[in-house]
Amino acid sequence: MMGINSSAKQVLAEIVSNKKVGAYHHMVFAVGDLANSAKPGNFVAISVGGESSQLVLRRAFAIYRTFDRGQSVGLLEIVVAPHGAGSTWLANQQPGAKIDLIAPLGTAFGIPTEPVRALLVGGGYGSAPLFGLSEVLKNRGCRVDMVLGASTAMKIYAPLDGKRSVSSLTITTEDGSTGKTGKVTDAMREIIEANEIDIIYSCGPMGMLEAINDIAEEFNLMHQCSIEESMACGIGVCMTCVLPIKGEDGVIRMLRSCIDGPVVAGENVIWKAKRTIPEGTWGA
Amino acid sequence: MFNYQTTLGQAEFENPIFTASGCAGSGKELSQFFELSQLGAVVTKSIMLKARSGRATPRMAETPSGMLNSIGLQGPGIDLFLENDVPWLRNQGATIVVSIAGESVEDYAVLARKIRAVPGISALEVNISCPNVENRGQVFACHPETARAAIQAVRRNIGGELPIIAKLTPDVTSIVEIAQEVVAAGADSLALINTVLGMVIDTNTMRPKLAGKTGGLSGPAIRPIAVRAIYQVHAAMPHVKILGMGGVASGQDAFELILAGASAVSIGTATFGNPMAAMKVKEELRNELVDHGFDSLREAVGYAHRSEGNL
Repeated sequence: MMGINSSAKQVLAEIVSNKKVGAYHHMVFAVGDLANSAKPGNFVAISVGGESSQLVLRRAFAIYRTFDRGQSVGLLEIVVAPHGAGSTWLANQQPGAKIDLIAPLGTAFGIPTEPVRALLVGGGYGSAPLFGLSEVLKNRGCRVDMVLGASTAMKIYAPLDGKRSVSSLTITTEDGSTGKTGKVTDAMREIIEANEIDIIYSCGPMGMLEAINDIAEEFNLMHQCSIEESMACGIGVCMTCVLPIKGEDGVIRMLRSCIDGPVVAGENVIWKAKRTIPEGTWGA
Repeated sequence: MFNYQTTLGQAEFENPIFTASGCAGSGKELSQFFELSQLGAVVTKSIMLKARSGRATPRMAETPSGMLNSIGLQGPGIDLFLENDVPWLRNQGATIVVSIAGESVEDYAVLARKIRAVPGISALEVNISCPNVENRGQVFACHPETARAAIQAVRRNIGGELPIIAKLTPDVTSIVEIAQEVVAAGADSLALINTVLGMVIDTNTMRPKLAGKTGGLSGPAIRPIAVRAIYQVHAAMPHVKILGMGGVASGQDAFELILAGASAVSIGTATFGNPMAAMKVKEELRNELVDHGFDSLREAVGYAHRSEGNL
């Protein structure tokens, strides 16, 4: 088992900006020097609701990107989908408000040492961490193709400046309101068949990640994905956010997505057994 | 000079703020935020004889001012725990209360034998009330006979001076009756309260939200239940020291449990929302006690029980 991200710090961070983008809010926080220790794939755990709130747990958000401009002006950005009471509260906070956050948390996307061809696939606001990743990959000389999908156009998060670091961007929507009609997996096949993709990176709902992993297995490609499960603490103490994952020793363990994840190798996740304890799991 | 020290059974602690079992991981995670030696004690996650995967997910559902969990005592088992976790905590200078849980009376006996020779442990919490087991009949603290049998098994096998803290559930007709049984069976002290059995149904899927269907409710939502249980048990047995817990997130909350009769207070769910919660409560409770004119923590324990004539 891994330990908590050794760079993680708890800070009171001021909101620098909060802009509505489609169905989402793009929020920027002044976090100081922790901005330089965040890597693509890491997440932030944010306290919501204020002092007298009945919401007792933090909310986890993938870090969209960070800017390290020195100790006093380090910025951390996230994309918030206001759907529950906590995320709605956060999305309604105005610049100047101070927010209690812990970052960076969890594992990061592994970056290849060689220039490879990478396919990045995001569902909904799951695209957020992929832009920072594509920037890093591009700087390493990798070719980056990106596929973003959602049910409808409003739920595609693809900012202009994020697109600069990708060689191609394909958008799919289930209702056809923008891009190709269909799912990300349809578009993925075309790209994989037309290009020599070496690795897939993905972030989105668990059902989508499983479908992406099936394609990765079919084409025998490496696949790193950012997983999720109902999480209470985000810092590894509560043991609620576990998933069955196979270790290097071949043993399946219930691992915490906040510490051993959120980024894991897709081939190690026991997808078919998700939300159960698979037979043979350590301690079952 | 304010005296913050406290005792549970024969064990002495520098201050009354502990972690709650299952709410501090292995201790390593929280040590990134503060020094564990600052706590009155680290109460470790209830450990069982063998490695345990715990229950399926989802294991967690947030509720108004609380949460449900059905983790099911996931852990490495007693042998790996004693080999890795205890020495690590000792090296941190932490005061250690080990929490154990068994599936049978014999499990408790074996666990006690494994722990009796281990140095650096201040007390043993015997969790006989985890709600996250397949069979509710297996919750030892739900019945006087099984509660007594589990605590007796520990008492007979632990030997020496290690104080036993029996952790009880409020999900019984009379918690005082269970408390009296376990004290008669050899418990030196009581941990009140474990989580309260609850359920959430997802109105979209129209099924229970947790894979295990039921879960333990914790957080500020259950604090009045904790205060009531502590008050009742302290009234019945004022000489038995109580480790209080249940939705404590501030010094004022902790003060309430102390007034009800707790000699120490564990911080659980609040740590999930704020890793510094225990340190915050430690400072706030001290201020609360001083502001109310107490020279020591001990003077405030059970103060809500004083007779009408006293101010």
